[in-house]
Amino acid sequence: MAEFIAMGGYGAYVWSSYAIAALVLGVNAVLARRAERAVLHALARDPNGDDDDAPA
Amino acid sequence: MFAFLHKYASLMHFYRLSARWSGWLALATALLMAYGLYGGLVTAPADYQQGDSYRIIYIHVPSAWMSLFVYMCMAGAGAVALVWKIKLAEIWLRASAPIGASFTFLALVTGSIWGKPMWGTWWVWDARLTSELVLLFLYLGIMALDNAIEDRRTGARAAAVLTLIGVVNIPIIHYSVEWWSTLHQGPTVSKLDRPSIHIDMLIPLLVMAVAFTTFYFAAALARVRGGILAYDRNTSWVRDMVGREAARGHG
Amino acid sequence: MTPRRKRLLIICLSVAGLAIAAGLILTAFEKNLMYFYSPTEVAEGAAPESRPFRLGGMVVDGSILRQPQGLGVFFTVTDYAHERVVYYEGILPDLFREGQGIVANGQLNDTGVFVANEVLAKHDENYMPPEVADAVAAGKARSGASGGAPAGNL
Repeated sequence: MAEFIAMGGYGAYVWSSYAIAALVLGVNAVLARRAERAVLHALARDPNGDDDDAPA
Repeated sequence: MFAFLHKYASLMHFYRLSARWSGWLALATALLMAYGLYGGLVTAPADYQQGDSYRIIYIHVPSAWMSLFVYMCMAGAGAVALVWKIKLAEIWLRASAPIGASFTFLALVTGSIWGKPMWGTWWVWDARLTSELVLLFLYLGIMALDNAIEDRRTGARAAAVLTLIGVVNIPIIHYSVEWWSTLHQGPTVSKLDRPSIHIDMLIPLLVMAVAFTTFYFAAALARVRGGILAYDRNTSWVRDMVGREAARGHG
Repeated sequence: MTPRRKRLLIICLSVAGLAIAAGLILTAFEKNLMYFYSPTEVAEGAAPESRPFRLGGMVVDGSILRQPQGLGVFFTVTDYAHERVVYYEGILPDLFREGQGIVANGQLNDTGVFVANEVLAKHDENYMPPEVADAVAAGKARSGASGGAPAGNL
């Protein structure tokens, strides 16, 4: 297990890469799902677009 | 001529169809990612030269491939949006941009982290790295341009034009290592020859590439569905759905 | 021509026009975009005399000479047509070894030695486990191939 984490001495490089990837993909997944729901909620609050400043 | 395709371009139709796909794509992504990560981190052997540091390849290369693939999808959507004025194409382009930008960022950052111990530097201005950085700026520029324009449809069309102009960068990125003398090495997989990577190392790489692809479609689809609702907000089908959602919220 | 066809034509022409423009610009700037000079180009005088530039080549087997004290090291790079001696003081990257491609940043001194302030190692596009690499090397030795042709590009 210790060998696995050490990655032959390159552990810091390998694991930081994988961590950044997890972060980037995770944020993308969360924001994507949020985007879908946010539109639905926004439309529920304001179905006629009365609150919008400019035409869609 | 493309009348039957127009049915699928119907926003309502696409919205209904895509409800199923999202779930399956997310599941496929999770499974493929797990299999690819296990293969890349555990079962694939260490490299004779780079030892275990090469395992960054399982993030770096799929990200780089996706940065190009997503851009080409955007270019295709952009062309369809400009020529046939299909709303779904506009929505797809807009949905893809942040995801493509993320892959480009990931490719650049993991490449930099890999380069430090192997090459001896975090960055060089060679043709491959520079053109990939230009791609990131293109993505950000497309997103900024779309955001700056008030009207949703005009914004999408402007973004489409910029996307198509930037397409010339894609072959530059791919062939940069052959056209110029670069620090970045030449292609290992995407060349006309046999891949110069051992099969035990190659398989997890391909699995991760597919996993990243299904991820893209899953995430883009979620954004597209939101975009469809926004575009069609004044139609009866959306109003009905919104009404039901509001009732559920207050219920 | 229908409006749609006209739009398609405009887009195609614009993209084609841009591609041509980009191609022309790139060929014009080819010298600047080239990342390093080869030993042959240096021998022919194509590289700058009194400015830093980058030299790229393969490290010749047996040419690495580490100084007894300090970090100084001499080695020879080749492009299999010409050679150039390089001197470098500093920590070499992990991939630096005989037969490896390198790119060095520095200047030629009066005696034609390339004094480097930075040495980067290239690696080729091959990935394989150590056992396979050993087998390949053994196969090459058996077939009498000299340590000549590189596995990847320069």
